Amino acid sequence: MTMLTKTKESRVAGAVGETRQMTMIQALRSALDVMMERDDNVVVFGEDVGYFGGVFRVTEGLQQKYGKSRCFDTPINEGGIVGVAVGMGAYGLRPVAEIQFADYFYPAYDQIVSEAARLRHRSAGDFTCPLTIRMPCGGGIYGGQTHSQSPEALFTHVCGLRTVIPSNPYDAKGLLIASIESDDPVIFLEPKRLYNGPFDGHHDRPVTPWSKHPMGNVPEGYYQVPLESAAVVRPGKELTVITYGTMVWVSQAAAEETGIDAEVIDLRSLWPLDLETVLESVKKTGRCVVVHEATRTSGFGAELTATVQEHCFYHLEASIERVAGWDTPYPHATEWAYFPGPGRVGAAFKRAMEG
Amino acid sequence: MSQHEPLRLHVPEPSGRPGSPTDFSYLHISEAGAARRPPVDTSHFDTQDLAYALIRVLDRDGHAVGPWVPEVSPAQLRRGLRAMMKTRIFDARMLIAQRQKKISFYMQCLGEEAIAVAHAQALEAGDMCFPTYRQQGLLLSRDDIPMTELMCQLLSNECDPLKGRQLPVMYSYKRAGFFSISGNLGTQFIQAVGWAMASAIKGDTRIASGWIGDGATAESDFHNALIFAHVYRAPVILNVVNNQWAISTFQAVAGGESTSFAARGVGAGIASLRVDGNDFLAVLAASRWAAERARANLGPTLIEWVTYRAGPHSTSDDPSKYRPADDWERFPLGDPVQRLAQHLVTLGAWSEQEHRQVQLELEAEVAAAQKEAESHGTLLDGHIPSASTIFDDVYAEMPAHLRRQRQEMGV
Repeated sequence: MTMLTKTKESRVAGAVGETRQMTMIQALRSALDVMMERDDNVVVFGEDVGYFGGVFRVTEGLQQKYGKSRCFDTPINEGGIVGVAVGMGAYGLRPVAEIQFADYFYPAYDQIVSEAARLRHRSAGDFTCPLTIRMPCGGGIYGGQTHSQSPEALFTHVCGLRTVIPSNPYDAKGLLIASIESDDPVIFLEPKRLYNGPFDGHHDRPVTPWSKHPMGNVPEGYYQVPLESAAVVRPGKELTVITYGTMVWVSQAAAEETGIDAEVIDLRSLWPLDLETVLESVKKTGRCVVVHEATRTSGFGAELTATVQEHCFYHLEASIERVAGWDTPYPHATEWAYFPGPGRVGAAFKRAMEG
Repeated sequence: MSQHEPLRLHVPEPSGRPGSPTDFSYLHISEAGAARRPPVDTSHFDTQDLAYALIRVLDRDGHAVGPWVPEVSPAQLRRGLRAMMKTRIFDARMLIAQRQKKISFYMQCLGEEAIAVAHAQALEAGDMCFPTYRQQGLLLSRDDIPMTELMCQLLSNECDPLKGRQLPVMYSYKRAGFFSISGNLGTQFIQAVGWAMASAIKGDTRIASGWIGDGATAESDFHNALIFAHVYRAPVILNVVNNQWAISTFQAVAGGESTSFAARGVGAGIASLRVDGNDFLAVLAASRWAAERARANLGPTLIEWVTYRAGPHSTSDDPSKYRPADDWERFPLGDPVQRLAQHLVTLGAWSEQEHRQVQLELEAEVAAAQKEAESHGTLLDGHIPSASTIFDDVYAEMPAHLRRQRQEMGV
């Protein structure tokens, strides 16, 4: 297996108790369960999350276990879901709101940007709202334009927010616990194509389920994967890949298939960012490829590219390559022409090596 | 050619504009004492008539009449009158300070003082208001918030509790049950519902009170609040201050034409009242009714307070450009300060002489507070919070990129 250096540290530091093979869905559910058990102030709500347990089943069983006042269904009203979460946070709760698909969060954007993100600052600490907003994101499930988007740049651009995105069950649980315990508002993006296994972009091949994958081995109890901490998921010498979410697995596949010894960094926390890990790697390899599913223009990759260039200009042997979704709405039938699979990522690796 | 007549777009207009007086018959005013008072455990159906009527207690002669007359001592009413007078004097002084450029911006609540001041008397310690920028009466009616501190916020000086980050008037007073004011209209309305839901989740006994203006009811946050408040029977009072004007836009453009804002509540399944907001006793009685419902797990109440924004929207606004200059003098619900003073006179608990004396006392009190506040600096003299503090409180703990940027700022 490819060992996660930083994850390995936090495993030793935080993990307690028995481990079990979990899918990312089970790991997220376990995180919610652990936190609801530990802290009465943690409440979970969203569309279909109560009795039914969520369309992706993440909250299954929580209403039964913790009661209807701590895990409940909401109206189809994202602005309302986040609006009440801000009020609950101001009261002193730690709400965990689910937006059914990231594609649906837009009506809540004012409550996220103008309210949640700035409440601490504008009130000089008088009021805060430690809320976590979970939302499944990304493509690869034939979801078309309304079930496939990767809107992370709309959050990383907002001061006061933390934006987090795991790429495996172990990180998903540890990061969700850290997010719920954070005193800042956290946008928690869940790459839905990774819910059941590490998808490497080869949509025509079977995916190894998490039940047979080392990163599916998750402690039953409480542990944190710290925020603002990236993981080197594939150590390498020739170039640095900065990526997150589903593209962590696509990038590793591209490294194997091209034979280029790429060092793949899974950012895990997009913002605030573990810049140190990124810069250390780029200074070592001298080449850098930024990979994300989201559309290219003004995507988070632009920020990463500019930042790396600022700090590593004299270490760079080639211009920084970006691989991203095309600047079009996410398509349905032609999804695989849109999704930046290992072929496109590998081609960028080669350009970076030649440049 | 179609046989139908051409379709027409209806764009609402106020009945008065500069040079032509307003016809206030559109307000549909009930006689004092005419509206019935249902029990607090009533259903929203049973408030349908009250959402279109106008609950009033004080009649033309200053007598309290009808089923909504609240049990209240003359001493409490005197405190209320004093708080309203203080609010008005405070506003007037701060308006001048803005003209002198000591303050960047100000917003008065002239003409609307009764709503916040009487409502505050119906709430209990620990309850939380989610106000707009025109409920300073909630703070000025309290003895535990020094005027000097409010003025330091307005002056954005070195003692501004909000460190110069917020426009004047956008106070935050958790200790006084006053939520941080946003400035993005309407956002607080749904947050009030969330706070109330949290109180219910925790089995607490505190209630929330959300505030919004007639104009901002058009925002989705208003509708979101109604839906969530009704669905979860949240212990919240939903106040709509209908002061007829949203900057230059008449309330009809927010959807008030031929209907009421209270009626929206009934449609959402919420018990709703339309109340004379310039009638201190009516405000007190209706607020108590709603608070009692919330505290008894009977759910939310929406109250439309009918009033008139006597001043400009803000110091950046000139209402003479879009409405008759003498509208307030002709507004049929009168001046809340004069009406309560008149009532106290009928009770033998107030006199013109006392009114003049209290006015002088309060003017001196406000002037003294202003002098002290200005001793800590004004926007004009540059005694403002250090610029480096803008990096604080963005996150609970300052991340590395903000430490770098603070260093780069070099202050």
